[in-house]
Amino acid sequence: MDIDLLTNIFYAMVRTGTPLLLVALGELVCEKSGVLNLGQEGMMLFGAVIGFIVAFSSGSLWLGVLCACLAGVLLSLLFAFVALGLSSNQVATGLALTIFGVGLSSFIGAAWVGKPLAGFEPVAIPLLSEIPLLGRMLFGQDLLVYLSFALFALVAWVILKSRAGLIIQAVGENPNAASAMGLPVLRVRTLAVMFGGAMAGLAGGYMSLAYTPMWAENMTAGRGWIALALVVFASWRVFRVVLGAWLFGLASILHLVAQGIGLAIPGNLLAMLPYVATIVVLVVLSRDAIKTRLYAPVSLGQPWKAGH
Amino acid sequence: MSFDTASTPRLQMRGITKRYPGTLANDRVELSIQPGEIRALLGENGAGKSTLMKIIYGVTQPDEGEIIWHGEPLKMRDPAQARGLGIGMVFQHFSLFETLSVAENIALAMGAAAGTPKQLEPRIREVSQRYGMALEPHRLVHSLSIGERQRVEIVRCLMQDIKLLILDEPTSVLTPQEADELFVTLRHLAAEGCSILFISHKLGEVRALCQSATVLRGGKVSGHCVPTECSDMDLARLMVGAAEGLEASYPKVHGGLTRLRVDDLNWHNADPFGTSLAQCRLEVRSGEIVGIAGVAGNGQDELLALLSGEVRLPSTERERITLDNQPVANLYPDARRQLGLTFVPAERLGHGAVPDMSLADNALLTGFQMGLTRAGMINHGKVMAFADKIIADYAVKTPDAHTTARSLSGGNLQKFILGREILQQPKLLVAAHPTWGVDVGAAAAIHRSLIALRDAGAAILVISEDLDELFQISDRIGALCSGRLSPLAETAQTTPVEVGRWMAGEFEPVTHA
Amino acid sequence: MLLSLEPRGRQSRAMLWLSPLLAGVLTLASGALLFAILGHPPLETFKVLLIDPVSDFYGVSELLVKALPILLCALGLAVAYQARIWNIGAEGQLLIGALAGSALAVHIIDWESRWALTLVLAAGTLAGAAWGGLAAWLRTRFNANEILTTIMLNYIALNLLLFFVHGPLKDPAGFNFPESATFGDASRLPAVVEDGRVHAGIYFALLALVAVWVLLQKSFVGFQIKVLGLDKRAAGFVGFRERRLVWLALLISGGLAGLAGVGEVTGPIGQLVPQVSPGYGYAAITVAFLGRLNPIGILFAGLLMALLYLGGENAQMAANLPQSITQLFQGMVLFFLLACDVLILYRPRLKLKWAKRAALQKAAA
Repeated sequence: MDIDLLTNIFYAMVRTGTPLLLVALGELVCEKSGVLNLGQEGMMLFGAVIGFIVAFSSGSLWLGVLCACLAGVLLSLLFAFVALGLSSNQVATGLALTIFGVGLSSFIGAAWVGKPLAGFEPVAIPLLSEIPLLGRMLFGQDLLVYLSFALFALVAWVILKSRAGLIIQAVGENPNAASAMGLPVLRVRTLAVMFGGAMAGLAGGYMSLAYTPMWAENMTAGRGWIALALVVFASWRVFRVVLGAWLFGLASILHLVAQGIGLAIPGNLLAMLPYVATIVVLVVLSRDAIKTRLYAPVSLGQPWKAGH
Repeated sequence: MSFDTASTPRLQMRGITKRYPGTLANDRVELSIQPGEIRALLGENGAGKSTLMKIIYGVTQPDEGEIIWHGEPLKMRDPAQARGLGIGMVFQHFSLFETLSVAENIALAMGAAAGTPKQLEPRIREVSQRYGMALEPHRLVHSLSIGERQRVEIVRCLMQDIKLLILDEPTSVLTPQEADELFVTLRHLAAEGCSILFISHKLGEVRALCQSATVLRGGKVSGHCVPTECSDMDLARLMVGAAEGLEASYPKVHGGLTRLRVDDLNWHNADPFGTSLAQCRLEVRSGEIVGIAGVAGNGQDELLALLSGEVRLPSTERERITLDNQPVANLYPDARRQLGLTFVPAERLGHGAVPDMSLADNALLTGFQMGLTRAGMINHGKVMAFADKIIADYAVKTPDAHTTARSLSGGNLQKFILGREILQQPKLLVAAHPTWGVDVGAAAAIHRSLIALRDAGAAILVISEDLDELFQISDRIGALCSGRLSPLAETAQTTPVEVGRWMAGEFEPVTHA
Repeated sequence: MLLSLEPRGRQSRAMLWLSPLLAGVLTLASGALLFAILGHPPLETFKVLLIDPVSDFYGVSELLVKALPILLCALGLAVAYQARIWNIGAEGQLLIGALAGSALAVHIIDWESRWALTLVLAAGTLAGAAWGGLAAWLRTRFNANEILTTIMLNYIALNLLLFFVHGPLKDPAGFNFPESATFGDASRLPAVVEDGRVHAGIYFALLALVAVWVLLQKSFVGFQIKVLGLDKRAAGFVGFRERRLVWLALLISGGLAGLAGVGEVTGPIGQLVPQVSPGYGYAAITVAFLGRLNPIGILFAGLLMALLYLGGENAQMAANLPQSITQLFQGMVLFFLLACDVLILYRPRLKLKWAKRAALQKAAA
């Protein structure tokens, strides 16, 4: 393998891992606050279709990105109302959100399938992007990828250093105690869910405006679900999220690698790789039930109502 | 120590009423407390103590009545406002976050203005030293003992200028000796002018600590008194009215053949939050009740799980627990039940009974080996008959057997569960905290059922945190501490003080071979 | 909010069944609003969507054809969901069933024995059960979350199917279309009516309906499954074997989904194609919840879902609406159901009334 190929693989790895990173960061915050939102796939798709339509109609990619985020927030509010406001089963509500999001995005996007759009182009940072191997990966990407770096730093700071992070963690561990202490449990959780929605919407927008600038039904192909597994993979620790997202990015572009070393494997079999990798990762990481319990937010997925 | 009754009370509650669907939790409650006063709030479970405290602390708002603070009426909107006024609260179930450090826990409670966890560290050290409660701000709460966690709660309250400290059953998690240490701290605080509201149902410690007492019963104030001037009987009558069974004393007996033998039981708990058991030895004979005392979290749950079969040992170790000389330590619960073991777990809802299933289904839950199924199909007629018999024999108050377990009161559900287990005619009954959270009437009924089962020749093991209860019903008694079991003594030959020492781990360690 | 929720104290049995109806009504109302916004007259559109497709005998027969796979999958899911095992993998289990059945069927095209069909159906059912069993193994052995593993197995199954239909199972005489050879008559499910596509699979669906009903309502194993779902600790406390029950539930739901899949390829389709399922396995999730995890409820919910599928096809042709309206309505009805379910445990109250009552009481005092 020559160095150019490796440089390209690293570049594509980060590019492919970016939507996973964005969704997983959002879901991480959401789960830290104790809410399991399985609707990531639905919110991503809705973000993707709204982002595409707005960008296509207005001609502004950034307006598209903004609306993709807002679309994600909108759907997440629906989830928050049913799962938090009415304290319904979070698993079922998340599934409903995904089914609804898949249907809604296909319905809205039916007329936009296959239309061409000039998406985000890479903006290489002079000098830095010419560093061998890693330059293109870190400094030769499009603006949304740089944004994902910034958001990663932001989430890491909030969770590890800020008072807001303490509050989120407290609410996720023991909502009753947090409430007795006067912390607004439902408000914290709703905000966390909304942040998750914005990130999923953004990830969808990245798919339809930068990664493959177009709209196709189900174009996220399970990335929302993989991101959920990523959070487990990361044991709810933020630095592992970025590592995991890029590793999965690598698993998704293995056809590039295969071509590089001259292997001819049917495309459909290679396409299974990220999903197989997800299962393998889940198996390796969940084996130790006690360890998983140590890191998982204690009240994750449990409905909570004030006044108990 | 004295306080001036003529001065303005620090806190006055007037005509406080709070309704919940189906119950009147507080009914025109009056309470007043002076600066520097240690006031007891007495009452049995469900009397409305918790509701009243939550109202004072702003967790819930009263439907009627007013709160007067230093002579000024005010509305307590939320705990933040209460803390701002100098009201601190130590919850029975700690409101601590296990995955956070001591300093982080304290910083969270104090609000953003108080500073970051790091900035608070020197003050935490200073306060904890001043009141004799050693604490290390860096440590994660899950690595602390129960007593240390309580210190975190108290120090958290003392970090601000404290005017009124509310403690909800603080000694229920302490050994008698630890409780005495806590009382020293509380007297120190009161001497500095802090008012203390001490919630309890243990009459002895109320008399040791408090200058005055207010008693609640059924949501109403049933009386005020000076604890040192009242007998236990007077206080108990205020708490429960003219209930029977308060003074019941049961004759102590000697058991017959050994039914349950636990022999050098060692079990490593892989869960870092749990307790490991070491070298536990225990025998329970037919026709006797053995009581195991201990502060929660000292291995009770683990011992219970090993006895019930929820946790099993490898078959090479199956001799560690024997039932009628048959090794059972490797068997599943259903196999142990077939050999005559029945079990009343500590938690009624979610462990001993499925909350959202009917009483009939809950009767089937453990009674399925009594011929209630045929060829894999449920015989609903027999299940109903069994459930109805439990309800009738054990005076369970419920509309019918179709009612869900969740909708029964604690005492009624406990009677149902106990009846279900006793009607299976066990050779050995293991009961955990059999009267926890149960009203006095039901508790007396449960005690009578246990004694009757004992007199019918069954072996009974009771694990409880309530030392008074154990002295009342058990024939022999021991204690668990840090996963080790003390030797057993005849209840008639020992004293609560001695058992209290065992609860703190002061007993001869089992020598290694 | 003007409305407040007050705990009922116990479940309302009436709301348990009224809530799905209420959810249906709300879905229709939102649908009408959506149509109006998009410029389609609501009543006519609903006629196109829900009435026209079943206005003749052929339509009813098509309804049953669509309902069969949905019902089989949903019945299996009901067993798993009663145990709170969130099998999202009916779609993958269905596809693998179709794939395995087809792999056998194309090799025995020349057989004329009745055993051909039996073997093909058995192959599909077993393959579906194995695919479900894979998730059971991952969960019981490695503690891997079944929601995520079954979803991943769906994508893997789809890619496997695509690989085989583009590769090893492609009909050599098929002009390079991604399709298998047409199965022999002996491995086809016979039709049960003359002028419709309803096939003998309907007997399997009825059998499964009764079997699942007996399992869940009458048998002790079903009781154990429900206890496990409601209260894991209580199940452990009496010694119900969690692992065995997880295996059982996933094998049953996988097997039924596999049967649904192989029923599609041996029934209405007659060969393996990439589009074996238009999301039947996902639709079954909604159906299982809407039917309250109860076989009888699932029967009605399944027929409704099949009608939505037919309506979606019809709406595309007759009203120029995207076919994905089916999924949109699925999502909506599930959302409304979950929201309405709050009424099972809580009673809605007008806040106004409370305020008034308090004022009255004050006046009285």
